[in-house]
Amino acid sequence: MADADRNRRSVRRIVLVVIAMFGFGYLLVPLYDVFCEITGLNGKTGRIAEAEVAASYRPDPSRSLTIQFVASNSADMPWDFRPAVATMVVHPGQLYATYFVAANRTGQRMVAQAIPSMAPTRAARYFNKTECFCFNQQPLEAGEEKQMPLRFIVDPRLPKDIETLTLVYSLFDVTGRTASQ
Amino acid sequence: MSMATATHDADHDHGPAKGLKRWITTTNHKDIGTLYLVFALTMFFIGGAMAMVIRAELFQPGMQLVDPQFFNSMITVHALVMIFGAVMPAFTGLANWLIPMMIGAPDMALPRMNNLSFWILPFAFTLLLSTFFMEGGGPAGGWTLYPPLSLQMGEGFPFMIFAIHLAGISSIMGSINVIVTILNMRAPGMTLMKMPLFVWTWLITAYLLIATMPVLAGAVTMLLTDKFAGTSFFNAAGGGDPVMYQHIFWFFGHPEVYILILPAFGIISAIVPTFARKPLFGYSSMVYATTSIAFLSFIVWAHHMFTVGMPVVGELFFMYATMMIAVPTGVKVFNWVSTMWKGAMSFETPMLFAIGFIMMFTIGGFSGLMLAIAPADFQYHDTYFVVAHFHYVLVTGAIYSIMAATYYWLPKWTGKMYDERLGKIHFWVSTLSVNVLFFPQHFLGLAGMPRRIPDYSVQFADWNMVSSIGGFVFGASQLLFLWVVIKTVRGGKKATDRVWEGANGLEWTLSSPPPYHSFSEAPVIK
Repeated sequence: MADADRNRRSVRRIVLVVIAMFGFGYLLVPLYDVFCEITGLNGKTGRIAEAEVAASYRPDPSRSLTIQFVASNSADMPWDFRPAVATMVVHPGQLYATYFVAANRTGQRMVAQAIPSMAPTRAARYFNKTECFCFNQQPLEAGEEKQMPLRFIVDPRLPKDIETLTLVYSLFDVTGRTASQ
Repeated sequence: MSMATATHDADHDHGPAKGLKRWITTTNHKDIGTLYLVFALTMFFIGGAMAMVIRAELFQPGMQLVDPQFFNSMITVHALVMIFGAVMPAFTGLANWLIPMMIGAPDMALPRMNNLSFWILPFAFTLLLSTFFMEGGGPAGGWTLYPPLSLQMGEGFPFMIFAIHLAGISSIMGSINVIVTILNMRAPGMTLMKMPLFVWTWLITAYLLIATMPVLAGAVTMLLTDKFAGTSFFNAAGGGDPVMYQHIFWFFGHPEVYILILPAFGIISAIVPTFARKPLFGYSSMVYATTSIAFLSFIVWAHHMFTVGMPVVGELFFMYATMMIAVPTGVKVFNWVSTMWKGAMSFETPMLFAIGFIMMFTIGGFSGLMLAIAPADFQYHDTYFVVAHFHYVLVTGAIYSIMAATYYWLPKWTGKMYDERLGKIHFWVSTLSVNVLFFPQHFLGLAGMPRRIPDYSVQFADWNMVSSIGGFVFGASQLLFLWVVIKTVRGGKKATDRVWEGANGLEWTLSSPPPYHSFSEAPVIK
């Protein structure tokens, strides 16, 4: 029965691999987030504390960038959603403020989550926000309209060939979902 | 039978049980191999019927026969049935029949699990096909099940997910069995580097399966919890990302395409030397090439998603890594051709299918190289060019190898010769029609026809009609294959033990058909 023992040992080893690979599938989820955060892939823009801004960046008035703001609704989202201004001309290293306007025209209270995305994607990690309505879920009562603030700063190390950045917010309906991030 | 009775008391060598119970309770590798092959053939015709619906709808522009939702579920389920229901079980069936006989083992290492891993499959595919009768119909978002589209499926969604789980569990158990059998049950003297290439390629395939099937299980479980448990793995609103699904899916999906072709390489490597009457050229380079392909298959997945918006560095990496696969694959094709070089060749049906495989699989390989070029892929992505590519590697590749294997080993399994004349007719009708079916799809794709659509612009009409005609003929010619198999099983000329003049390997030293329990005493390996 040495053979049966040997088989049992082999099976045990292989089953461990199977379980490990199932776990690896789930491990890819945090790995993916970390990878995107480090590389700025996927258009995920950064976040920075306002107190650090002065220490980190020096304004560069010699360079001007155009920032375009775009608002979009995901499939089932009924709100009105638009940027206060469509474009801004900014200098890297300097803090700017603007806002988006959202209005809930439906008859009930709803909660929304805005998800940012940036084009070109390689610019994303140079675009940092000190304050953003996308950091939190945004509840609006029936018929309520709200100005949702955004304060941002562009890292002066942004590659020289980039002159225009497009920031897109997509609004998702998360009413009835608990906050997860 | 009289021999079985005579030896019964001496060594407890039981023959098969009688009737239906034999097939339900069997732990015999030959019975289970037969079950797998019959199941695969059944699924091949179910999936083929869906392909006929697709080609009928595309026969002319405009909406002809079915509504778009049903058309989409046809393309989705056609793929799922053919991949998980036809090709993979067919290879597992061949593994069950052949691996123990090729390495001189009495049976598979884990016979009870073998029974279980087969009998899960009919349940898995009943679940999958039952979704057609549910509210919302069958899955229609493509076999890759990309969210958020796949999450919009109707009530059948969890049934489809569980069907994939079950099919995955079945193939994981089948792979465990193959690995343990090959590692522990080889006859004395059968070293790894003496194993037939079919055994080698299956060993590597089994490792690919246990490494990637659990990842697929994880990905579809995430879909399930996203839909029903409020998680947000792929939901942007909750911080997830639908593109991540594509990464996880193709981490499974690319090794999966090699799972569908590596055993085919083993089959061709068995058949070509037999009919060229020369030993295989470059045996060890074949082993190393197979291993390299398996390794590379893990680092090329994102070439399926060049258009999602990757940085240039990523596109370059995946492009070059993908092109690198052409090197070991080229080694294999070179070795097959060199085996035939100056051989005393004869062209029985298995050899015809093997040569057809080598030529047409290579065509599919070349269109794959074109698709690997990232900037070109921006043009080809999601067009009929991709459809033509993967049907050349899967139909004239994987399916042709399974046909070749059936013709090659059927006399061994049944003890009777198939009808050579009908076999040759089957080959020529299939080969002519399959090229009429898929070659024009290259033109359609290059001209810009998108895949997965039930209707198209009129400029695509001519080639679609040609393709559909080829499709109907190819579909009908497979009924001839079914007839050849049935005819052989019901009675044919008695086959010799060796069957083929040039055949080498342990399975040919057994009688045709082999005894129910073979190699109870390990054979001596020279």
